[in-house]
Amino acid sequence: MEIGLGHYLTVSGILFTLGVLGIFLNRKNVIVILMSIEMILLAVNLNLVSFSVFLNDLVGQVFAMIILTVAAAEAAIGLAILVVYFRNRGSIRVEDINLMKG
Amino acid sequence: MIQGIAFYVFSAILLASGVMVISARNPVHSVLYLILAFFQAAGLCVLLGAEFIAMILIIVYVGAVAVLFLFVVMMLDINFKEFRQGTMRYLPIGGIVGLILLVELAAVLGGWVVSPAALQVAGAPTPDYGAVTNTEALGQLMYTHYVYLFQACGLVLLIAMIGAIVLTLRQREGVRRQDVGTQLARRREEVVAIRKVSSGGGL
Repeated sequence: MEIGLGHYLTVSGILFTLGVLGIFLNRKNVIVILMSIEMILLAVNLNLVSFSVFLNDLVGQVFAMIILTVAAAEAAIGLAILVVYFRNRGSIRVEDINLMKG
Repeated sequence: MIQGIAFYVFSAILLASGVMVISARNPVHSVLYLILAFFQAAGLCVLLGAEFIAMILIIVYVGAVAVLFLFVVMMLDINFKEFRQGTMRYLPIGGIVGLILLVELAAVLGGWVVSPAALQVAGAPTPDYGAVTNTEALGQLMYTHYVYLFQACGLVLLIAMIGAIVLTLRQREGVRRQDVGTQLARRREEVVAIRKVSSGGGL
């Protein structure tokens, strides 16, 4: 039972797909959409780390830390926007987010 | 053997909690399953030998991001019942897109073969972990070759912090605040007056 690169890539591929599926399933709930994005970023991180280990290249782990930084910043900004939006409109339904008529 | 068992346990719990994140009825449960997923991913990283990334995953994701989510979910007064309506409407298209994505990922990654030449040209070959630990090797790489990237990360976090504060800070109208400057600028002559009050007369 040798665990190779393929095993880790399979797990992170399935996790990535679950994140994408979560965005589609929870079309109304911004918070769960943000959580799905976090899950996608986690899958990418897992991918980078496993490649880094199996290719004997440490740079992948540096990249993983950069992605971690961006994920944290994105969560902070996204949730701040969510709080401000809720304060103004009293709702966070995705269908109601049309103030800018984009 | 032990490694194989640990891998399958970690990844099974990871994928199961991933399913629960997107299908839980209550967003608070979603956040808690997300925390479980992060812990399992950290376990996988430890299994891979990337201990520093594993600990950073727990500290940053569980300690900061997930707790932030938990705060926001609990503080906003939202009726989550109505969010669940119409979920099944998007299941077919979401399933199709997810399936296509999964098949494509399998097609790309399934046929992945590492060329022996690629192993020779690593950007930063992993040192012998008998001599230095993973954390030490990562630090030696990050503070030398990737120091500008590291600084840029700091800037990203600073901007994110300023942005979050600017977005959520608000000045409420009609709130009495202590104004130290005005307090200190008051003089006795301006605010205190001594009057002679005749008895029984009043002012």
